[in-house]
Amino acid sequence: MTATGIAIGRGGPARHRYGSISRDRKWALRWSYFFLVLFAIFFLTPPLYMFITSLKTSNEISAATNPWWVYNPTLSNYIELLTSSTYITFFRNSAIVSISVVCITMIISVPAAFALARMRFWGSAVLATGVFLTYLVPDSLLFIPLFKMFAVFNDLTGIQLINKWWVLLIVYPTLTVPFCTWIMIGYFASIPKELDEAALMDGANYRQILLKIFIPVALPGLIAATIFAFTVSWAQFLYPLAFTTSPDQLVLPVGIITTLIRGDVYNWGQIMTGALLGAAPPLIIYAFLMDYYIAGLTAGATKG
Amino acid sequence: MAQVSLRKVVKRFESIQVVHGIDLEIADSEFVVLVGPSGCGKSTTLRMIAGLEEVSDGEIAVDGDVVNDVPPKDRDMAMVFQNYALYPHMTVFENMSFGLRLKKFPKDEIKRRVEEAARILDITDLLDRKPRQLSGGQRQRVAMGRAIVRNPKVFLFDEPLSNLDAKLRVQMRTEIKRVHQKVRTTTVYVTHDQVEAMTLADRVVVMNKGRIEQIGAPNLLYHQPATRFVAGFIGSPAMNFIPCTLEQAGEGLSVRLGERVSFPVPAERVARYRPHAGKALTFGIRPEHLTDAKPNGSKNLTLFDAGIEVVEPMGHETMVFFTVNGAEVCGRCDPNAGARTGSPLKMAIHLDHMHLIENESGKVL
Repeated sequence: MTATGIAIGRGGPARHRYGSISRDRKWALRWSYFFLVLFAIFFLTPPLYMFITSLKTSNEISAATNPWWVYNPTLSNYIELLTSSTYITFFRNSAIVSISVVCITMIISVPAAFALARMRFWGSAVLATGVFLTYLVPDSLLFIPLFKMFAVFNDLTGIQLINKWWVLLIVYPTLTVPFCTWIMIGYFASIPKELDEAALMDGANYRQILLKIFIPVALPGLIAATIFAFTVSWAQFLYPLAFTTSPDQLVLPVGIITTLIRGDVYNWGQIMTGALLGAAPPLIIYAFLMDYYIAGLTAGATKG
Repeated sequence: MAQVSLRKVVKRFESIQVVHGIDLEIADSEFVVLVGPSGCGKSTTLRMIAGLEEVSDGEIAVDGDVVNDVPPKDRDMAMVFQNYALYPHMTVFENMSFGLRLKKFPKDEIKRRVEEAARILDITDLLDRKPRQLSGGQRQRVAMGRAIVRNPKVFLFDEPLSNLDAKLRVQMRTEIKRVHQKVRTTTVYVTHDQVEAMTLADRVVVMNKGRIEQIGAPNLLYHQPATRFVAGFIGSPAMNFIPCTLEQAGEGLSVRLGERVSFPVPAERVARYRPHAGKALTFGIRPEHLTDAKPNGSKNLTLFDAGIEVVEPMGHETMVFFTVNGAEVCGRCDPNAGARTGSPLKMAIHLDHMHLIENESGKVL
């Protein structure tokens, strides 16, 4: 109604009414395309620059030529990195850590979210808020106390936690579990109550309701949480920088900067190549899981 | 097949009591409908029978065994929900067989039962579809199928037809009745629609404000309501209620509706009403017992002139609205009676069907 009103006010004769609405729509579309293209340029320029640089030799990078053009393309950066055992180690460490963290996160946060969303118990609402609040504490605030805790733990038990890649499996979930739990609470809460009641009547217990009804129905949420957990652990920089030091324990982001920057010498070609290759797995995961990210999976459950 | 007994069942949510001590015996194979306005506690009562709500006080027994603390999965009841509650990621076959698969029934037995239920409900062609590919009526059939395959002791229906359009609702109503006649499973059915209650039930339980107003066969409730609430709730259009006074008239009694209309109470009812002579009461009469005056041989008729205010032709009959003693009144006329807005019409009250209601208690005398 308001659109029509505005159109009449602006367009004058009534016969232009509907045309005016579509003209408004056309302009809205033009503006949205304009800004989308602007955003795309803004975000795609750095990877493009990385790609261009990764194809150059160190000499060409430091030469005063057009930085957006490759005069002597070479794959030497790629070959060197992919044949270097340290880079492969970083990659392997990152992969193991990220995949394990995703598994650990899901094992903790899915049942937690189910309990918080569905089993009303004393303090469940406060607990749900509390879980989310822990996510608001930044890692830059936590890494020093955590480091201190590990040191104290070492003093007490003799078990060394510093400079071990697997300690990241304990640390990363502090970042991923709260947020994933929170996402899953939202998804589980959106599942109609009648669905679990129907399952209860059909003779299911809570474990069966979770496994056979909730997880399949909330699959888009589960995938969103998986993507989040994987991205966070793959890109995490501060914790591995603080907790791991020797090259065989490093993960990719820290490995690249510690081995490819020596003193004030930046091996830009390999840094760009390493970062670009490192960005590939999340991209592949996105592309692969997006196919399964079918919105509206709950359609047809209830009247809706 | 089972008997279900509710004894002094109470439900409290925190400090608010929503069901106030209900007593109800449901016989084996019986179809009982709980009916009442929204918020009357009928759904809560059903959910307590299902085990989805805890019983705050009192007992629910199935075949004599108290099931208050038995979890829903062990009560062997099946429930059909208002919004169907089908599992969206499963096909119709998987939806219907879910309960049986949980109980680890053999595969061929599951297949046999699902196909049998699908045949009864005429959804054999839909077994491979997902719920989102079904229409509302089909989804409701699947939901019923899911209940039937389990072959449970009790069927529970929670307003199963409320989401369907009017035509489909009538169709599914007949379907539900047909299914019950075939499987003869004890059924408790909740609805706010009195027509559904009347058409489906062996016995109707009318509830209001967490209490049972009356229990009885549909015709009994219609013709002999116990309270003003039941009288007004059952029947469409609703019963007319007109303020009146019961007066002594020689040996007999007479009912006075305002200045102009007064008529004698039928002789056979005089004894019943005598203790209330002289009181202000409410006169209740259904629209079909308030018709245009035509000779039909009935002796207990009283005639009066009504100033017709609104006329609603329905085809086979015409509804007329007018005011008596400050109350709006609806009558049913023959389409040929010549009812016209603004003109008077000779109307007849069929006194054999009159009710007198006590104002304070709401009891029908």
